[in-house]
Amino acid sequence: MKISTLKYSFKQGFINIRRNLLFSLASIGTIIACLFLFGIFYSIVLNMQNEVKTIEDTLTITVFFDEGTGEERIAEIGNELKSIANVDKIDYISADKAWKGYIEDVYNGDTEYVHSIFGDDNPLENASSYEVKLKDIKIQEDTVKSIMAIPDVRKVNSSEGTANSLNSINHLVGYASIGVIVILLFVSLFLISNTITIGISVRKEEIAIMKLIGAKDSFVRTPFLVEGVMIGLIGSVIPIGIIYFMYDAVVNYLTEHFNVVANLINFVSVDTVIKGMTPIALGMGIGIGFLGSFITTYRHLRV
Amino acid sequence: MIVLDHVTMQYPTGKKALDDVTFHINKGEFVFIVGSSGSGKTTLIKLLLKELNPTQGDITVEGKAYSKLKRKEIPMLRRKIGVVFQDFRLLKDRTVFENVAFAQQVIEKPNKEIRREVPAMLTMVGLADQYKQYPRELSGGEQQRVAIARAVVNRPEIILADEPTGDLDPQNSSEIMQLLEEINRRGTTVVVVTHNREIVDQMQKRVIRLKKGKIVSDVEKGGYKDED
Repeated sequence: MKISTLKYSFKQGFINIRRNLLFSLASIGTIIACLFLFGIFYSIVLNMQNEVKTIEDTLTITVFFDEGTGEERIAEIGNELKSIANVDKIDYISADKAWKGYIEDVYNGDTEYVHSIFGDDNPLENASSYEVKLKDIKIQEDTVKSIMAIPDVRKVNSSEGTANSLNSINHLVGYASIGVIVILLFVSLFLISNTITIGISVRKEEIAIMKLIGAKDSFVRTPFLVEGVMIGLIGSVIPIGIIYFMYDAVVNYLTEHFNVVANLINFVSVDTVIKGMTPIALGMGIGIGFLGSFITTYRHLRV
Repeated sequence: MIVLDHVTMQYPTGKKALDDVTFHINKGEFVFIVGSSGSGKTTLIKLLLKELNPTQGDITVEGKAYSKLKRKEIPMLRRKIGVVFQDFRLLKDRTVFENVAFAQQVIEKPNKEIRREVPAMLTMVGLADQYKQYPRELSGGEQQRVAIARAVVNRPEIILADEPTGDLDPQNSSEIMQLLEEINRRGTTVVVVTHNREIVDQMQKRVIRLKKGKIVSDVEKGGYKDED
């Protein structure tokens, strides 16, 4: 396409938007609503994913051995654990280290008091273990089975419940948001199509003359495609801006007014949200604008 | 140049607008197609512009048979035919210059050429001074001149004028016909569909007369009256 034609198409595209301002604004408004909701859901999902990741990073499983398992065998078990594909790293916790940790956690490190009760005995003498960090917490169950199959392994403590619950909530929010967004995208598509149809009917005479003079389909269609894309672009830039300016305010409000939230969630930064959201929102906005106008012009503007 | 070979056009309602029409128009000819309303003139124009396809027969323009024309070739065909309408069909929100330039923009001519050719065309039709005016500020005759300038600016092989004097007084009608004759003298084939007896009689050109979709006469140098 020639540059002069491109210029003409852009000029006419903007004129179309101005001519059907009300309908153009309705279309832009719907896309804004749709992508704003997307932005909200995206922020929630991103924060939950971040939370799951944080929990996953701290989650370990503990592997205990049969009573009387010797140091040599324990070292062999360590090697066998490392050979399991989903095992990221292992940390050996000796009986002494376990007891010291217990004193620290339960008696706030008051060794004198503990000594007065237990003397030099170590009640966790048979509680040496490996703390195993997994690469993927989602397949924890299979990994636990593999570990249990290792001879001399007595017990494996895992905490799959927490991670699984978080994952389930995350999926639920994800699916709900996809559902709402898909519905709104269809509404946007319908409104854009309506706007373009009105634009075509307003310029019916001009289009008829164009065709009789010898305009190609692409020449007649391009201004309407520009119109659709511009509507989509404006409709996607605005919610990105709103999310950018609102996100920190909402996070601050939540952490200030709800201590539970502040303690539970480690919010991701606004930059992370915008960086992830921008290409998707722009893609959806422009895509829906293009698709809406393309379908409409294809239906109405055949030479 | 233009060949209609046993062309029949029957609408889905069953009405035959054209019935086995055959004629040949040579390059550089000036031809009137006359007939009362319902004679098939409008259908003939739509067929020539390939807005409609004949139910039987074929049309050939510049050696290209319409039946073999692909959809994407239609714009190129239409660029060979400049059209002038009874109601001018100018864009009301654009100036005289912009209306003529529009025809060149549509076929994607560079702006440089548009700036050179549009003033030349407006000079030819006698509207060089009024290039900034809007159609509503012009008389009917002047508006038709703009429409003619728009039709010829892309230098088509054929000018197809559909009742070009239908909305004009005799003085303006005569001037418009002189303009079309001048364009014809420069080598463009001109086909005028009309029921204006005066201009047909006055110009003494070839006249094809249609009646109820059939050709009833084809006279080399005739007048409207001759056919009555």
